[in-house]
Amino acid sequence: MASITIERVAKSFGEVRALAEVDLTVADGEFLALLGPSGCGKTTLLRIVAGLESQTTGRVLIGARDVSALPPRKRGLAMVFQNYAVFPHLTVYENVAFGLRMARADKARIAAQVEKAAALLHIEALLRRHPAQLSGGQRQRVAVARALAVEPAVLLMDEPLSNLDALLRLEMRAELKAVLSEAGTTTIYVTHDQTEAMGLADRIAVMQAGRIEQIGSPSEIYDRPATRFVGGFVGSPPMNFLELPVQDGKVDLGGLALAAPPGAGARVLLGLRGEDIALARPAEAGFAFTLKVAELLGPQVLLTGVAAGGQPLRIVLPAAGPLPPLTAGGDILLKPDPARLRWMNEAGKALEGSP
Amino acid sequence: MSEARPPSSNRALLWAGVAVLCAWTLLPIYLLALGALGGREIVSQWPKPFAPLGLSLQTLGTFLAIEGVWRATWVSVKAAALTMAMALALGVPAGYALARFRFRGAGAYRVLILMTRAFPVAILALPLTVSFIRLGVYDTPLGVALVHAVLATPFATLVCASLFMGIPKELEEAAWVFGCSRFTGFLRVVLPLALPGIAAASIFAFVLSWNEVFAASVLTVRQRTLTAYLLSVLSESPLHLQFAGGLVLIVPSVLFIFLVRRRLFAMWGIGNR
Amino acid sequence: MREPKALPYLLIAPSALFLTGLFLIPLAQTAVLAFQESGGAWGLGNLRRMTDELNFPDALANTFKVVLLAVPLQLVLALGMTMALRNIRRGRDLLVWVWSIPLGISDLAAGLVWLAILNDQGWLNSALFRLGLIAQPQAWLTYETPAALLAAIVIAEIWRATAIVFVILLAGVQLLPKEYEEAADVFGATPWQRFFRITVPLLKPSIQTALILRTVLAFEMFAMAMALGGRNFPVLVSEAFNAQYFSQDYGVAAAYAVLVMTISVAATVLYLVALRVPAEQR
Repeated sequence: MASITIERVAKSFGEVRALAEVDLTVADGEFLALLGPSGCGKTTLLRIVAGLESQTTGRVLIGARDVSALPPRKRGLAMVFQNYAVFPHLTVYENVAFGLRMARADKARIAAQVEKAAALLHIEALLRRHPAQLSGGQRQRVAVARALAVEPAVLLMDEPLSNLDALLRLEMRAELKAVLSEAGTTTIYVTHDQTEAMGLADRIAVMQAGRIEQIGSPSEIYDRPATRFVGGFVGSPPMNFLELPVQDGKVDLGGLALAAPPGAGARVLLGLRGEDIALARPAEAGFAFTLKVAELLGPQVLLTGVAAGGQPLRIVLPAAGPLPPLTAGGDILLKPDPARLRWMNEAGKALEGSP
Repeated sequence: MSEARPPSSNRALLWAGVAVLCAWTLLPIYLLALGALGGREIVSQWPKPFAPLGLSLQTLGTFLAIEGVWRATWVSVKAAALTMAMALALGVPAGYALARFRFRGAGAYRVLILMTRAFPVAILALPLTVSFIRLGVYDTPLGVALVHAVLATPFATLVCASLFMGIPKELEEAAWVFGCSRFTGFLRVVLPLALPGIAAASIFAFVLSWNEVFAASVLTVRQRTLTAYLLSVLSESPLHLQFAGGLVLIVPSVLFIFLVRRRLFAMWGIGNR
Repeated sequence: MREPKALPYLLIAPSALFLTGLFLIPLAQTAVLAFQESGGAWGLGNLRRMTDELNFPDALANTFKVVLLAVPLQLVLALGMTMALRNIRRGRDLLVWVWSIPLGISDLAAGLVWLAILNDQGWLNSALFRLGLIAQPQAWLTYETPAALLAAIVIAEIWRATAIVFVILLAGVQLLPKEYEEAADVFGATPWQRFFRITVPLLKPSIQTALILRTVLAFEMFAMAMALGGRNFPVLVSEAFNAQYFSQDYGVAAAYAVLVMTISVAATVLYLVALRVPAEQR
């Protein structure tokens, strides 16, 4: 077991800067998700930790050891690849045993470790087969077993579930969480799927354009996004952002006056989760929302429309609760949960003092 | 991508090896060119120069005046062009059939095509001599091209099949929906997309014929292709003439390889499937 | 689209007929010619006359020597070139072109190239002379120097035909997902282990294709031997050529052809079996 320290790591491909100077520490035994859209640099960062890519500047430490100049095989880590990279010419057993063989472990230990990893991933029955005879989900299990069999100090996972279909992905996600929490390995997990990151990780680092936008626990990331980007990327539907004028210490939200946050300029951004908005009761103060489309999504209803001078807004209401008439063009009076307003400046940075 | 930096000594070794391999490939061609363009004198010169100082317009003139070589070159060009035409005419439709239809006999046809690879096809020119004399194509560029097309057609067929397979069927179906027939759809949608690959395949057919020695030698007497001509004069003609012929043989091949360099892999990679 | 069932057959018919007429029938004719005596009776007379030929043992031995020496060296060299190229980004296209150039060069032209270098007053001797290693032109390509002559032909064959192995292997490498080698790397394999345990096994189909093509072509080689060795280096195909062309003994020529084809097919089958990749390992 070991921590991972990334110090001012930058990476350029010729003129293109893939990573600005990134600092990141993953504690011993921690599960950290690198979350971001494609091209944000998350995979590059992971590959730099693995040693598959060399950083332009900065260094990587595993435990106290500087591994920046070491090739992957000397870094003492294991990895699960996006396309699994389960060797097609080897049996499942030989695949799972591969890392141990390379480390010249003795036969008995290899057998024991393979058995253990296979049991953990429920692939005991597949050990004699070749990868071509396995389904995608089974190959995925083999890839994870291969990584766990070496009992690595550090486990790296590069979008390991992205090639599975939706149902299988859900199933594997739960299973991964159970297996990895049992193993207690320090893990970096790259994904572009925010539900995956939220469900699995102890902490999430949200990346964009080669930089880390925010690091925090899933609930911090969800409830208190540090930037407009994070709020917009995490959550489904994403957080709403309304650009509002500030006057005399008050912010006008489509007719509803809210106390301006400390540090507000002439205009502020109000971040609001769709589920933090409710119907205003009769005679209660609220802001006007013009409904365009209503979609029933199982337990919830998603309403898409405009508010505060034509700005788009999406709200989520429980399908079981009281619902307004769902006709397009109808006006609805809404009120936000005052404890869950997320204030940001015009540049999209959270204002201090905002919850 | 670059793995955590290999030591610079390895890097130097790598580049040294690369340089040696380049020299190994290019130097012999350069020396042949010296011999070919250096005129009659260079053959007897000792020790031979490594710099192209002896070259002059006069020696170049000698090179261009070697009549036998140029006459044979013209025959070679005709035979190669005919080979190319036949390989395309036969290979494009067959490749399309293999790529787009599942039909009984497709397997047998594939076996026939692959068989041509396991056999030294050119040797089959031996029994063909008699029938070619009877058909009146013996000692003509057409006769040579017929045998060369046996070599080139399977190749063109496989290349075309893989090219057409690489073009989504949906594109063609879209063309049909918008009013094309199978044939016009092929002409307007598939062919333009496959054209670069087909061009490369035809260049290969050309080079295949251009380079073939055995069948060309067996099937010609007076209308010799360049290869057949050079083979027949090997033991009698002066060396500089042989070198000149060699250079004329090589130069187009080098240019052709340059033209199709980006497609080499697509063409030879097909052997794996 | 509804179409006549005959369409695919119409499309392959021309080439099927063509290959039947100019490949299958001549193939059968060759066999018939080889096994038919002058009187029309079946027999092994032609084969016997072939094996009784003065040059036959030499031709057979020479052919195998060239193939057995050149083909493995070509495979090793081509693997080396392929691996070197993976570590190079700048100038890669140029290198691929330069290394593929011999692909377009016939065995006759290659023979002439090396004749220019290796003849008595050629560039090899000139270089050796300038280096002070020899005092006067030294003959390499005569019957008195069989080892040098064999070496010359093997070298010329390697020079000419490594390119095709290289291109096939490179095509194969480019189809290999990089992740396999990265995974090997991450799981502790040294570069050599990675090469022998991962890359080479995964390249097996390409290696097989390259070896089949290369070996069949190497057995067909004859113009290079004639250019470099003249009559001093008979190979099977040059004997077939001489029988047909100079002796006009079509029976013996056909017998040689049958022998070469048998060897080629045997080599192909050998490779297909030895380098078989079971379906489940693809």
